Amino acid sequence: MPADTAAPGPEQAYFDALADGRFMLQHCGACGESVFYPRALCPHCGADALTWREASGRGTVHATSVVRRRPEQGPPYNVALIDLEEGPRMMSRVETVAPEAVRIGMAVTAVVDRSGDDPVVVFHPAGGGA
Amino acid sequence: MSGLRGAASIAGAGTYGLGEAPGQSELEITAGAVKAALDDAGLKAADVDGVFCASMTYNMGSLTLCEYLGIAPRFSDSSMIGGSSSLAHLLTAMMAIATGQCDVALVAYGSNQRSVSGRLVSTSRPDPFESPYGPRQPITSYALAASRHMHEYGTTREQLAEVATAARAWAAMNPDAFLRDPLSIGDVLNARPISDPFTVRDCCLVTDGGGAVILTSPERARDLKRPPVPMLGGAMAHWHRAITNMPDLTVTAASESGPRAYAMAGVSVEDIDLVQVYDAFTINTVVFLEDLGFCAKGEGGAFVENGAIAPGGRLVVNTNGGGLSCCHPGMYGIFPLIEAVRQLRGDCGERQQPNPEIALAHGNGGLFSSQVTLILGTDGTL
Repeated sequence: MPADTAAPGPEQAYFDALADGRFMLQHCGACGESVFYPRALCPHCGADALTWREASGRGTVHATSVVRRRPEQGPPYNVALIDLEEGPRMMSRVETVAPEAVRIGMAVTAVVDRSGDDPVVVFHPAGGGA
Repeated sequence: MSGLRGAASIAGAGTYGLGEAPGQSELEITAGAVKAALDDAGLKAADVDGVFCASMTYNMGSLTLCEYLGIAPRFSDSSMIGGSSSLAHLLTAMMAIATGQCDVALVAYGSNQRSVSGRLVSTSRPDPFESPYGPRQPITSYALAASRHMHEYGTTREQLAEVATAARAWAAMNPDAFLRDPLSIGDVLNARPISDPFTVRDCCLVTDGGGAVILTSPERARDLKRPPVPMLGGAMAHWHRAITNMPDLTVTAASESGPRAYAMAGVSVEDIDLVQVYDAFTINTVVFLEDLGFCAKGEGGAFVENGAIAPGGRLVVNTNGGGLSCCHPGMYGIFPLIEAVRQLRGDCGERQQPNPEIALAHGNGGLFSSQVTLILGTDGTL
């Protein structure tokens, strides 16, 4: 195996950390921007000087929808875009409140949910409600 | 103006199998549209030396179609950028003709996805950063963008529904349209909810169907059967793929492709007689009318109120009934183009506009992602 590919790539490294319960973002040492989703090159400046920092977990709901299903397929659920405090935006869902009660501008906090087959970052309303 | 203005003209256009075409393969539908376009132009397959085809089934669309039709092209392109692919192909074909890479270009698309699967087909690898959250794609992505437009500009559900009712009123005058029954704002709001704020009537149809156009030099087009439709301008732009990475959920790259296409054509918004935009969802028409300059950002909802884009309204939009009521076989981009051609040639029967000279056809691909704007004219505008 060539030395420059001996370590897992950023996508694998992200999910490995998530499996350990840690939600990590990349930070660019060249331009200072935070990056999500994880990449090999910074999309802001092209540098490969990306290092990992644990996300603060603080975010704000930027957009929200409720996916409706036929009753036999299960209850409706939330899909939202979350603006992270560090700058990047990610898709997720807001839990512990009714899906239609999720509002644009709502302050939310990240939780790594490891209860399913694959770990996933979800959000709860900030300051309780969890 | 640019050197490419008028570099090629559309000499033929055809559709086939719009709506439901059970028992027809994708290639049979595409071939039917190709035959219709060649017959329209008065040309034969042997005259074609450039082929452009994207497919949701075949990842080498132009190879597949050329083999099927028995064409050995000098130039071909299968580029896939989603629903705007066919319009991007027109832009590439225009360049290929202008530089001598081919003389007669065929742009074709077809799908049998209504009859085969009954739903929109995706061939992409699931996005590992979005698919865990279960967005119903592509609907939820556009719904998220709509939620943001409503939040920032006060756009209402009723205003979005106006887009669907206007499309349906146009479709009532188009015998090829799939849904032609009357549709009210209440019908849209009370339809089956899919992904808030959208009900099923905010969403495009899933139909079968194919479309094809023939492009050649303006000189050759003048010697053929039908009135030529010159390509006056064209431009493309894209800023993202996934909705999460759209820089501003209320502004598409049409705000860049539109002005560049106008500059090439030497036209302004006021010169455009009719507008055919890719209405995959009701929010699309609202946002594209803003981004293409027909109203200011945020005013699209108010712009479409009170039947303003329905027949007899202030702006002529999507006269075939659009992806919402005419047809939507997976990728719709070639159909607004064909409707613009037919309007400019006077082929549109009951819905024909009086002597239009300049038309805009706009394609959208992905998740509000790839944007292609084409400006077409009559031969008199060259």
